[in-house]
Amino acid sequence: MNPWRTRDTDWDGVRLHVVTGKGGTGKTTVAAAMALALAAAGRKVLLIEVEGRQGIARLFDVPPLPYSERKVAIGLGADGAGQGGDVYALAVDPEGALLDYLEMFYNLRRTGKALTRLGVMDFATTIAPGLADLLVTGKATEAARRRVDSRDGSPHVYHTVVMDAPPTGRIGRFLNVSTEVSGLAKVGPIKTHADTVAKVIRSPQTVVHFVTTLEEMPVQETLDGIAELRELTGGAIRPGGIIVNMARPAMLEGAELAAAASGSLDVTELAVGLKAAGIGDNHGLAADLMTELREHARQVLLQNRERDELRAAGRPLYELPMITDEIDLAGLYQLAGALRRQGAA
Amino acid sequence: MKPVRLEMDRIIDDRRTRIIVCCGSGGVGKTTAAAAIGLRAAERGRQACVLTVDPARRLAQSMGLTSLDNIPRRVDGVEVADGGSLHAMMLDMKRTFDEIVEAHADPDRAAQILANPFYQSLSSSFAGTQEYMAMEKLGQLRRAEEWDLIVVDTPPSRSALDFLDAPQRLGRFLDGRLIRLLTGPAKAGMSYMKVLNAGLAVMTGALTKVLGTQLLKDAQTFIAALDTMFGGFRERAESTYRLLQAPGTAFLVVATPEPDALREASYFVERLDEERMPLAGLILNRVHTSPAGRLSAARSLAAAETLEMQTQPNGRLVPGSGHSITVAALRMHAERMHLGRRERRLAEHFTSAHPAVPVAEVVAQPEDVHDLEGLRLIGEILSRQDRAPGSRGAGF
Repeated sequence: MNPWRTRDTDWDGVRLHVVTGKGGTGKTTVAAAMALALAAAGRKVLLIEVEGRQGIARLFDVPPLPYSERKVAIGLGADGAGQGGDVYALAVDPEGALLDYLEMFYNLRRTGKALTRLGVMDFATTIAPGLADLLVTGKATEAARRRVDSRDGSPHVYHTVVMDAPPTGRIGRFLNVSTEVSGLAKVGPIKTHADTVAKVIRSPQTVVHFVTTLEEMPVQETLDGIAELRELTGGAIRPGGIIVNMARPAMLEGAELAAAASGSLDVTELAVGLKAAGIGDNHGLAADLMTELREHARQVLLQNRERDELRAAGRPLYELPMITDEIDLAGLYQLAGALRRQGAA
Repeated sequence: MKPVRLEMDRIIDDRRTRIIVCCGSGGVGKTTAAAAIGLRAAERGRQACVLTVDPARRLAQSMGLTSLDNIPRRVDGVEVADGGSLHAMMLDMKRTFDEIVEAHADPDRAAQILANPFYQSLSSSFAGTQEYMAMEKLGQLRRAEEWDLIVVDTPPSRSALDFLDAPQRLGRFLDGRLIRLLTGPAKAGMSYMKVLNAGLAVMTGALTKVLGTQLLKDAQTFIAALDTMFGGFRERAESTYRLLQAPGTAFLVVATPEPDALREASYFVERLDEERMPLAGLILNRVHTSPAGRLSAARSLAAAETLEMQTQPNGRLVPGSGHSITVAALRMHAERMHLGRRERRLAEHFTSAHPAVPVAEVVAQPEDVHDLEGLRLIGEILSRQDRAPGSRGAGF
């Protein structure tokens, strides 16, 4: 079987998946799960972290990632087609990316180190912080563009690149930085570099997925983020799917749900149930449980409303369950499976 | 291990407290906490001003902020006690930057800087600028002496402590050799030139190669134009930094009981200590509690299973079974107890590592806060702390 055979997913042909989300929604976890899901039989996937938080290393329980591509896991096995491909990870920092850039395009690595000592990195992050974003997005697009292994064979050719990107509030500016710098530089090598980066980011090969929970603020930020991306780039940077994370399962449905939310359920009925289960209704336990059930029902109704709002955005919607325990590798595979079953990867 | 209780009202009521900084990772409720504290302070007689960097729209509306106009606006609907008042403002980083330029350069030069494309890009859209400007604005508000308490939340930075590093980084940069290189050899000084003489040509060559002649020229023009105001800029950044270290400042680290948020909180606590910044405590936000904590998760789950067995005597699923509500309540309760126990464990990890850090807990609210009433409630919960955190009902 040809391992590069295209599976039918919602994002065939996409080579760079940018994953964003409001802080606390679990975008790093979702990016990692997506990388596992995309790494089907024989497919090599690169997972990139850009914020220096070493979240990927923690998730995969490996030592802190250096500025080099390291194998961190094996992808989710394809349905009946054996073991998955390799997932590599890379933590990109602007300084490393600058040295990389100097070496790759100018063969200037030693000069680059001297420039760092001179304060060029301060220049990049202080007065022109946009340069830092450009270098980081530049590295991600470089990995996505690779078609042949380089001379010494160290970088890899990847089928897909997944980027754990900055949060929703910053994503538009972050991705659009190449266009902005390009406008600023007008001519010269930086402009050429920025244009190359912008070309990949503004092509159908790149999509931006939004991770959210079913809460008001993250949902609002998701909708704002999609709108901002459209406004800022005139639709040139494509929104991908909306991934609902940590959805709490509804214990009640329909009429019972509505009744629980409005507080019109019968407490005695619950007390009778407790008694049948061998639990005495001591100190108003049934009433306390009913209070809890009411809060739960209201939360479920709120979740449903938020889900409807997200649907109105017209993007494919995927849903990942709440994992109550701290997420480990098993949890990641579970989420990866959920993404694949829903066609996200 | 039980943490020390964070006494919010004592901090608010202490007239010597002049600045409260709410920091923490993204999405933990910094802005809500800052607004709630500002409101409570105003209603307890302080003249408070809430400076917020990036509020959610509805939260901004709850304080009557409709536009980003960089001017503190009086918040209506506050039940002010004797002499108290509440103002709030959203940071406009570009305007703040413009104002610094205008204040430090003569009109011609200011106009020249404001028109420079490099400046326009830098002041309006580049990450990092927000941190400088938030600190600058904080310094301005403090120096204005119009408020006796300023509550500020910190920008959602890529690195949580960018706002602390920003002033120093700026100073380091301005003192840096790169600036002297860019602004011309005349400034670099002879001895320095001798040392670097051989390397200098290579450096400028490399810079030209990487940046391109045109961009390098733009940057040079920009830096030369800014040169006159650098001193003032750095001085202000340093004085703001010292202001943060002063005893009148109280840092509150905000976190949710999640591994990432608490890890970031630990990092904050350590950094604040290193920088000798006065830490007041941790606000543990969105904690899940249960009014039925005396029923353990295990017992609740077992009871749910017992009931399901009873309603399906032949092992067949009977729709609309008699005890469906009870089963739902028990399963839901078990999950909540499970979550609560996990949160408790995470909070205990934090306190084991930082036993001296006082903690205040805010229980998870069923819905987001979007009016003054909601903010008032959060303020009350923050200060209520009638039970020491950790002494919760059985089960957790």
